[in-house]
This record gives sequence, C-alpha cells and structure tokens, in this order.
Amino acid sequence: MASFGAEAVARSHEENLIRPLTAFRPKLFIGSLVTGAVMALLFYSWGYQIFNDIGVAGINRPVFWGFYITNFVFWIGISHAGTLISAILRVTQAEWRRPVTRCAEAITTFALMIGGLFPLIHLGRPWVFWYMVPIPTYRGIWPNFSSPLMWDILAITTYLTGSLLYLYLPLIPDMAILRDRALKENPKTPRALFFRIMAIGWRGTLQQWHSLEAGIKAMAVIIIPVAVSVHTIVSWDFAMAVQPMWHSTIFGPYFVVGAIYSGVAVLMVAMYLLRKGLNIGEYLSDKVFNNLGLLFLAFAMMWGYFTFAEHLTVWYGNEHIERLVFDERIWGRFSPFFWTMMFTNVLVPLAILPWPKGRSPLGTAIVGFSVLIGMWIERYLIVVGTLSFPRLDYTVGSYAPSWVEMGIFVGSIGMFAFLYFSFVQTTPIVSIWEVREGHHLEVKAQRQALAAAREEP
Amino acid sequence: MTRWGMVIDTDRCTGCGACVVACHAENNIQTVGEEEAGRGRAMHWIRIERYYEGEFPDIKVRFQPVMCQQCGHAPCEPVCPVYATYHTPEGLNAMVYARCIGTRYCANNCPYTVRFFNWFSPEFPQPLERQLNPSVSVRSAGIMEKCTFCVQRIHDAQDVAKDEEREVRDGEVRTACSQSCPAEAIVFGDLDDPDSRVSELGERARAMHLLEELSTEPSVIYLRGGR
Repeated sequence: MASFGAEAVARSHEENLIRPLTAFRPKLFIGSLVTGAVMALLFYSWGYQIFNDIGVAGINRPVFWGFYITNFVFWIGISHAGTLISAILRVTQAEWRRPVTRCAEAITTFALMIGGLFPLIHLGRPWVFWYMVPIPTYRGIWPNFSSPLMWDILAITTYLTGSLLYLYLPLIPDMAILRDRALKENPKTPRALFFRIMAIGWRGTLQQWHSLEAGIKAMAVIIIPVAVSVHTIVSWDFAMAVQPMWHSTIFGPYFVVGAIYSGVAVLMVAMYLLRKGLNIGEYLSDKVFNNLGLLFLAFAMMWGYFTFAEHLTVWYGNEHIERLVFDERIWGRFSPFFWTMMFTNVLVPLAILPWPKGRSPLGTAIVGFSVLIGMWIERYLIVVGTLSFPRLDYTVGSYAPSWVEMGIFVGSIGMFAFLYFSFVQTTPIVSIWEVREGHHLEVKAQRQALAAAREEP
Repeated sequence: MTRWGMVIDTDRCTGCGACVVACHAENNIQTVGEEEAGRGRAMHWIRIERYYEGEFPDIKVRFQPVMCQQCGHAPCEPVCPVYATYHTPEGLNAMVYARCIGTRYCANNCPYTVRFFNWFSPEFPQPLERQLNPSVSVRSAGIMEKCTFCVQRIHDAQDVAKDEEREVRDGEVRTACSQSCPAEAIVFGDLDDPDSRVSELGERARAMHLLEELSTEPSVIYLRGGR
C-alpha cells in the first residue's frame, strides 16, 4: 500500500518539525534569555543616548555618519538573503528550496526590523522622526521627496510590508496544523488562541489552496524588484552626494550584489546552527548546503568583480580628490580594513567554496561568518573612509566609536538572535506543508514512472 | 531682486581671528570646550584656514577665512528630508532650526565642511547668558547650524528701510565678521546691484570661487592673493 506509506511519511515530517514547539526545550529557552539580555544592551545604550544627547556617540565633524549608518546598511543588506533567494527559488520552481524558504524569509523580516531602527537611532532628535512621515499635521509642511532619505523610508516600509506578507502567506497552513493540535489538547490555552488568530480560519478547502498559491506566486514575483530597489536606494544615499568615492554610478548594482552576498552568508550560518541545534539534518540536507554554496560562490566572484571595477576606474581616472580617499584606503590609514576585507570576502570564499568538500555545512558556515565580517568592514570603509577626507583638507578628521555605538551594535546582533530564537519556538522553521507537498510530488512522479515502465512491452 | 553676497580679499586678511570671535558673539554659537574640540566638534561658523608655502625659514603663511558659501546650487539643500535647509528668494541657504531632525546628511554633502552640529545642548554659565543676542535663537542638541550671513541684521536693515520707504542702501547691512575685520578684508552687499562694492570687487581679475569645479555657484567671492 503505497498511499499508506506516504501518509506515514507525512505524519513523521509533521512530528519532526513540530517537536521544537511542543516540548519545553531548556537549550532554546536559555538561548532566548541570553540573547534577550544582549538585546537589552541595545535599548539601554539607545536610551542613554536619547537622555544624554547624540554627542555621547563618537561621530564628529567631518565624520557625521559612523557606526549607525554602517550598521544600517549592513542589516538592510542582510535582509536581502531571505526574501530574494526564496522568491527566486520559488519562481524557478527549484524543488530543493522547500526546507530553506521559511528560515530565509525570517532572516529578511528580522534584519529589516533592526536595519530600520538604525536611521532612527542615528537622528539628532529621534523624537521628531515623524517629520519625515507624509501625514497632514498642524505643521502644514510635506516631507522633501527629492531627498534620498525619503526614498529610503518609502523603499524600506514597502519592503517590510511585502516581506511580512511573503513570510506570512506560506505560514497559514502550518499555523492551521498547530491550531488543530492545540485545540485537541486544550482549547482554552493562550497558545491555542494565538494559533487560531494566526491561522485566520484556514480549513484547507480547494478554494483556499488555490487562493494561497496564487498569492504566494504573485508575492514571489513582486518582491524581487522591490528587494533590488531597496538596496539600490540605500546605495543612493551615498551615490547622490558629491563626496569622493561615493559619487559613483556603479553603486546601485554593487550594493545589491553586496547585499545578497551578505544575506547568503547569514543564511549559511543560520542554517548550520539550525541543523545542529534542532536536529533537522534530514531537511536541511547536504544537498541544500551544496546548492546554496554554489550560489554563494557565484556572488563571491560577482562581488570581487564589482570591487575591482570600482577601484580600477577611480585609480585610472586619477582625480586628485578621489585618489586621496583611494590611497588612504589601499595603502594608508584604512588599508588594514581594506586588506582584511579582501581576505575575508574574496580569498576565503574562493579557497573553500569551489571544492565539493568545502560546500559542506561546516565549510559554508565558516565562509558565511568570514564574509559577514568582510561585508561589515566594506560599509565601514565606505562611510568613514570617505567622510574622513573632505575636499578642503584643512578639516581632515578621524573617528572612533564610543561605548554607546559599540553597545548598540552588539545589541543589534543580540536582537536578531533573540527574534530568531523566538521564531523557532513559535513556528515550524521548516515549512511542514511544503515539505509534504514535495514528498507527494515525488511519490506521484515515481508512480507515473512505474506505470509507464509497466506499459512498455 | 536682491542677491546677498560677500567678497573676501585674501591679500588683506591677517589671520587675526576677530571675525571668528565677532561671529560667536553675534550668533550665540556655543563654545564646546577643550575636550570636545579635541574630538573634532569645535563650532566656528567662520574659520581661518592657514596654508603654508615654501620651506623653512623662507616660509609664507596664507590665510583663507571660510564660512558657508551660500551656494546658488547648494548640495546641502535637496538632501534634507524635512526642508530644514532651503533656498530663500534672496539667495541665502536658510536653516530652519525647528524643522531639523538631525540626519546630518546636509553636512555630509557640503564640500566646504562648513556645517556644524549641536552634539550637546549649549551651556552659557552665568553671567554669559546675559550677552546672548536676543535676535538669534539658541540651538539645542541634535540640530544643524551654519553661517546665516547674519540674516537678523539683514532683516533689521530691511525693516528700517521699509519704514523710511526706500531701498536698503549699499553698505547698510554689515555682517559681524565684516564689521569686525580690522583690515577690511570682508565686504558684504547685494550682488544684483551693479553699483554695489561687492559687485565692483567681484569683477576684478583676482576674483574666484572655492571649489569652482563643482558648480555650486557660491555667493562668496575670494580675491586671490600674493601674485
């Protein structure tokens, strides 16, 4: 009885993937506590800064932007992992995507929430941030839509809304599974109420499945150009300015490639930790790591190419003011940063990823970690490297972060981990219904192949 | 129409710094103290840049007072998301303090680095608060500021002229830096009036703009020195 076997497999998938949610898991709980404490550091430091004024940060004149904008670009970049990769894999109907999509989409949502905080953190007067929101008020003044910062707000809020929808849609059937189980156990718990709300009346009718699939398909197509536009616009915060080594047409695509690169890096690290921690190697299999490792390699090469192209044109063009920033980056004050970045972002990936053995879970996670360091440095170089050298060299400056900036940076990493721990404990991190569907499709294909073989004489 | 402008004769500048002090007094600019100044947070709307020519002992020092150039095509203006910096019909880059939320984008995009940020709220210990200029608002923390061409003096002169039903005369408005300059290196006036002193000086062969290659069309004209 083939169908009996398929049912049993489907059931075992469900049991495997729900396990982290049903039982009390001390390790996950401790993880939440620890990362929650680190997250508290962010809010403590930010509160301290609001109370004592922005001057407690290390930024100065001429380095008006420092750690905060570096982190802003870094986190928004990471947010490109999930949605974009998951959308591309869905649109191209790559079968191996099924266990990956949700943990990738969650990265997007959480990284965006954190990234979106940084422009607020960096404001001199964050309590009036709503001056940038286009709402009619007593002020009788509209925001200035020719400012790239306004484009940022529009792009990021659109992207956040889109990726929340895109995360939520495929979550509905799984929420319904959890709801049914919770209702069977005890319908009065807050848990049951939570899942009932999240499942918004999902019954699994044919009509509902059709709507859901249409919705997911549409969102997957829509979210790709939105994601590309977001990091293009982030790059335009720099490229629209007249500053040396910011004012570059290559910045749009360069930033998008860098964003996806850092996004894949986080995904590799996160997947490795999930596989280790939750024991779901059956789903996040070696094949998944191998395939994503190849994508990772492609982006390593693209990023290397863009970096080369950017620096070559500046060096060859040999404009005085551009060369000043360039020289400090390659041979001068910022060269330790630059060459560390080249090591972590080009040398390490190209040494490990081309080999099939290097694309193991551990190998890709190591490269992922290395690239994360490098991509953070890249943003730091762009922000501080340029601002330290104004055109009138009488005002050359320097910058060192204060403990407040450090605290907020470390706290933001804690916040990301905390949100992820919470997510793992409230939702199945691998989509149950999508894995099931994949299994059904596989069984169906096998049967068809078997029938075809029988018919042949 | 009036277009306010300034001519600075670098041959006349002795680098005495009277303009810097006068500017502080006129515009209620905070003094940040030694420690903050060491971190690059000193605030002087006008600064005197020193450039050295030649080798010791045959050395020449050149002075170049630099303040907001009140650009015609100002890079700082379009990037502000809340219109805190905008262009007045009289050619000034105005700062509206109440609108500023402190993104500091304008300062990043200023090629002359003449914008100053209030990292902390100013302190005027007694009795210094008594010398504050009542015509100029005191800026609190988180707000950008810069040279205004002493807009309060312009408004005063315009009010008087309006009461007397006449135009503002050339030389009637003097900025604090121009008034205090013992060498009379700084001249202020209307660039659109062909008979004004700034127009006359601005047409000399020595006239130039700072960072002319950026086509920011500054309202401050420098007269090249020493040739």
